[in-house]
Amino acid sequence: MFIQTWLLPFALLATATLMAFPLSQYLAWVMDGQYQPLPVFGWVEKKINSGPQNWKQYSGSLLIFNSVLFIFGYLVLSLQPWLPLNPDAKTLLAPSAIFNTVASFMTNTDLQHYAGDQHFSNFSQIFFGITNLFISAAIGLSALTAIIRALRSDASMGNFFIDIWRVVVYLFVPVAFIFALIFLQQGSPMTYKSSYQVTTLEQGAMGTTDKGEAKPQTIVVGPVAAFEAMKMLGTNGGGFYGMNSAHPFENPTALSNFFNTLAMMIFPFALVLMYGRMLNQMRHSLVIFMVMLTLMACTVIWTVYFDTEKPNPALTSHLARLYQIPNPTAASGKMSLEIPAISGLPVDQHLGNLEGKEMRFGTSAGATFAALTTDVTCGAVNAEADSLNPIAALSPMVGMWLNCFFGGKGVGMINMLLFIIIGIFLAGMMVGRTPEYLGKKIGGREIKLAIIALLVHPFMILIPTGIFAATVWGMNAISNPAAHGFSQMLYQFSSASANNGSAFDGLGVTFGFYNNPNPAPEAVAWDIATGLVIMFSRFLPLIAPIAMAAFLGSKKSSPFGMGTLRVDTFTFAVLLLGTIIVIGALLFLPVAALGPIAEHLGPIPFGG
Amino acid sequence: MNISPEISPDQLGPVRRVTRRALFEKQTSLAALKQAFVMLRPDIQWKNPVMFVVEVGAVLTLIFILQMLWGHEKISVPITYYIALDIWLFITILFANFATALAEERGKAQADSLRQTRQDTIAYRLQDGKAKAVSSAILTRGDHVVVTAGQIIPGDGEIIEGVAYIDESAITGESAPVIREADGDRSGVTGGTTVLSDRIVVQITGSKGDSFLDRMIALVEGAIRQRSPNEIALTLVLSAFTLIFLIVVVPLWPMSYNAEQYMMGYLGVSEPIKSLGTNIPTLVALLVCLIPTTIGALLAAIGIAGMDRALQANILASSGKAVELAGDVDILLLDKTGTITIGNRNATQFLPVGKYSENDVGVMAAMASASDNTPEGKSILKLHSAQSEIGIKVPEKSTFIPFTAQTRMSGVDLPDGRQIRKGAPDVIMQFAKDHGGSIPKELDAIVETAASKGATPLLVADGNMIIGVVVLEDILKPHIHERFARLRKMGIRTVMITGDNPRTAAAIAALAGVDDFLAEATPVKKLEYIRKEQAEGKIVAMMGDGTNDAPALAQADVAVAMNAGTEAAKEAANMVDLDSDPTKLIEVVEIGKQLLITRGSLTTFSIANDVAKYFAIIPALFASTLPWLQPIDIMHLHSPTSAILSAVIFNALIIPALIPVALNGIRYQALGADALLRRNLLFWGLGGVILPFIGIKLIDMIMVSLNLVS
Repeated sequence: MFIQTWLLPFALLATATLMAFPLSQYLAWVMDGQYQPLPVFGWVEKKINSGPQNWKQYSGSLLIFNSVLFIFGYLVLSLQPWLPLNPDAKTLLAPSAIFNTVASFMTNTDLQHYAGDQHFSNFSQIFFGITNLFISAAIGLSALTAIIRALRSDASMGNFFIDIWRVVVYLFVPVAFIFALIFLQQGSPMTYKSSYQVTTLEQGAMGTTDKGEAKPQTIVVGPVAAFEAMKMLGTNGGGFYGMNSAHPFENPTALSNFFNTLAMMIFPFALVLMYGRMLNQMRHSLVIFMVMLTLMACTVIWTVYFDTEKPNPALTSHLARLYQIPNPTAASGKMSLEIPAISGLPVDQHLGNLEGKEMRFGTSAGATFAALTTDVTCGAVNAEADSLNPIAALSPMVGMWLNCFFGGKGVGMINMLLFIIIGIFLAGMMVGRTPEYLGKKIGGREIKLAIIALLVHPFMILIPTGIFAATVWGMNAISNPAAHGFSQMLYQFSSASANNGSAFDGLGVTFGFYNNPNPAPEAVAWDIATGLVIMFSRFLPLIAPIAMAAFLGSKKSSPFGMGTLRVDTFTFAVLLLGTIIVIGALLFLPVAALGPIAEHLGPIPFGG
Repeated sequence: MNISPEISPDQLGPVRRVTRRALFEKQTSLAALKQAFVMLRPDIQWKNPVMFVVEVGAVLTLIFILQMLWGHEKISVPITYYIALDIWLFITILFANFATALAEERGKAQADSLRQTRQDTIAYRLQDGKAKAVSSAILTRGDHVVVTAGQIIPGDGEIIEGVAYIDESAITGESAPVIREADGDRSGVTGGTTVLSDRIVVQITGSKGDSFLDRMIALVEGAIRQRSPNEIALTLVLSAFTLIFLIVVVPLWPMSYNAEQYMMGYLGVSEPIKSLGTNIPTLVALLVCLIPTTIGALLAAIGIAGMDRALQANILASSGKAVELAGDVDILLLDKTGTITIGNRNATQFLPVGKYSENDVGVMAAMASASDNTPEGKSILKLHSAQSEIGIKVPEKSTFIPFTAQTRMSGVDLPDGRQIRKGAPDVIMQFAKDHGGSIPKELDAIVETAASKGATPLLVADGNMIIGVVVLEDILKPHIHERFARLRKMGIRTVMITGDNPRTAAAIAALAGVDDFLAEATPVKKLEYIRKEQAEGKIVAMMGDGTNDAPALAQADVAVAMNAGTEAAKEAANMVDLDSDPTKLIEVVEIGKQLLITRGSLTTFSIANDVAKYFAIIPALFASTLPWLQPIDIMHLHSPTSAILSAVIFNALIIPALIPVALNGIRYQALGADALLRRNLLFWGLGGVILPFIGIKLIDMIMVSLNLVS
């Protein structure tokens, strides 16, 4: 039992950690341009190289590039009915859904208010989907590289276009190719064909036509193996199918599930060490790595423990409970709320909570995946996050709220950098020196930029959640009452703002095709709100740190001395952990209490 | 002239002019209290963004109470709760204002005592060679004034003629008079000090209202309080935290409304169910508890108190920034003489060569020094008279040959034609050779041994005969080794500057325990050294007194000039040490570090405090809509309203409780950065998390036992 539950999560953490060492060396080698490109690649590099850039030019290129990507994505999706590779005649998506989807894929969020198998043609899957899977993932990594170059006071921040090229061609393509082959071998389809019509064994399982004939089942296929590899490696998380990694074509076996999960971890893990290698601060990056690993292990253990080892509280017996609550209509102003005893349902729960799990992968695979996918801002799912035990579901939310262990490619390390700057600012003063990071003094301007980048995230989660919680936009969309309904909204905005993309399904956000007669009532509001949140939470926290690093890097470097705060010690690790936990708790403890904790502690129908 | 220019050997612990004041003196406290109310004016309060937010919240709550009194707002909780809440919000602001005002009042008291030295006196201004009595107030830069024994020097200036004993106790508090003389590195005088002997002519260098002291007074009084870069950055961080908590608290209203709606639906009641989560004053209370009010209240006081501490150490700083920068110093340049060693070199040994005896060396050396007024010469005489009872007799009509930089020797030509000389080894050897003498074999070894011990050997020759060696040794100040060890622990590298040759310098450096030395230093060499270190990103501090130090002082990041030093040095420096104590830099560094540590620790404490407040307030907010959140309340507080009041009261009381810490500063200990961080993180960070749990529970228990809460 113990082995069955814990082997998978720990094997994953160990494998990803081991792979991070060689991979980070390769990453640093490529990003520092120490390779000798093939003649044809060299020719391309010369063509796209627009010269060394400063932080404004680099950020400008980043924004322009994204604008082009946005327009391109919008064109592909809005022309879907008229484009090739669409034998099943998929029609036009609702405009708000297109906006949401384009924003979402461009930013590596991949929040899906649609289902790929129902709403996308293979052309859209390839030219919109796969394109964005590669490129959006490269943007965060490029930004991190630029920040590293700034921090080590390079003459320029590099060239954005060259960085994107290096990431996509030399990093993503080869690794994705290997993973695609694994998925292909395990059973994922890889074809231009769109669907198969099959006769079901049980006659009429798919319903009958007006004439009384049994309908055939439509099985959607496509270039799934290629899609899947980059979906996971790029921590994108937007599935080919609506069911994402729980679908047997995306994730056919327990082995493919292992690689699926591993794929989303390797780049975020390796990037932290790349940071150390490129800055020549290996010990510092190992300290960061250990801090991240500790936090990640905590979230994984938390989720698995409360979901796989603990029963569903709603199905567990408990005594009658009596609560005193105010009642303005009663004479005393108070009334008692009585919750009757539950004797427990005849459900065997020794395997934990099995609702919404793919049993092919094992009992703990869903919880493990849920924790990891939110920690690395991937957002793919192989089990129903909505069905996690309430208190277990706190952990994926924490992963998205803190968004820095290990976080998305580049972005997670950048977020961690912000926590480092804030932590050092406080601690540096405590040792009696003007705070400095890597020998650069942290001044007002750097602090301002770090704070802007750090503020966006809680703002984009808490304010919209508040607005939706009090209006019909939220109240009409939730599928569960009380605390769980609140969690659904909270999760949706957390996922959008963390550029994660997973969701508590059940929230009514899908409009579907433009001609859909019964769209979810508040789908437009959700499309627009989350789309905007996604964009704000992507670009401000990307560009402000680039500027911050540029200002830091332009400062004179002071030498290391006895009075300097060391960033490669256990003390520093504790400081960093403390900073992250305290800031995180202060920001999100109230909503955690209103959502998962209230649901966990509350009786049915309020929670449980 | 019977004035000996010797420096008192004990300059390590100068007497403080201002002894540490009691924290809460009645007079200053009352003035501060009054000022605290004045500062409630929004246009003044605005300068402290964190407390301004509290003020807005307190006014909002007041409006809410008034609305309730007029019956516009439905009350679900007794109105006394709101009134108590509002009172405590205002008390919070008053505590904060009091802290700032108290620091300012204390500064003012300091400044007043300084200003007393500035009172108008009669000055005798030289006009056309005649002294004319005028008021000191009308003196301008460049005026020459005559000051004689018993008179007060009318303004800051430089002696251009004469030498005098001066009582500087008005400024430094030290009663022993000091020597100031023209044409030296000790020519600076300060207005308000008294001449005890002789007559001097002083050239006034600062006009009224523009002297260093005036600027310092203004700085301490807060009249021109510029915030240092670190303080600005910290203010930004605090504002950001305020904004963050606004982002946290504001959406709680609709979220609580959501919970209320559901509870109403479940119970099927039509009357709205109100929780404290949609209650504006309660949300204001939550916000006030969360935003960093503790550090926000004390930040200004910490800065003012830092300047105050510098003043208490008899340091006049040109800005708070300079003091703060001192905390960052990487390299400390110290003059050997007077800082590492006591005064000048003393003769300690006579070493004979050849057929001569020790006494011969002593006699010859003493004769050569008989009219040598340099400290070295005097020490030779002193040593000789200590070793033999028979004094020396220099025959009449002898000619004394003074020391010059060209000859590098001095001595006496006796009437019988004997030429007695003492001087640097190479010069005397040449002198002996020139007169046909030979060099004893063992001489080289003796000279070598003396030099390698850090001593300076002088040769004594009688015509062509070399008689022996006089060993001049530097005497290290007591405890200097410990001081450097302490600096090393602070992470500061000490560099000794000396005119000695590299070998002697190395020996003394090793003896004193400095990390590095700059031998045969010239002004240009010092300047180059500083520039080189700065190019590597280091912050260089330097202490100097002479005019030739001015370029290096101007280049150094932290430059402390001695008050006794020349005006050029003082102008180039950003701090002046009134005690003219060369080891004062160590104290300046500590004051700078203390400033930052106090700020950092109190900020950490302030933020760490919030964790406990959440545990008190969150269950209280949702007591009527999510009563099952009660297990979060690990403090088991009496009721929702008492929980919120306890948190607010704790939040207010912690401010005055920490005023002593803010004003006295958190002591800096030279432990190395890591150990210091562990210590402060544990004490202020972890302590900051735990303390409020205890404090809030205690306040709750007290209120319950006094029947103050329902």
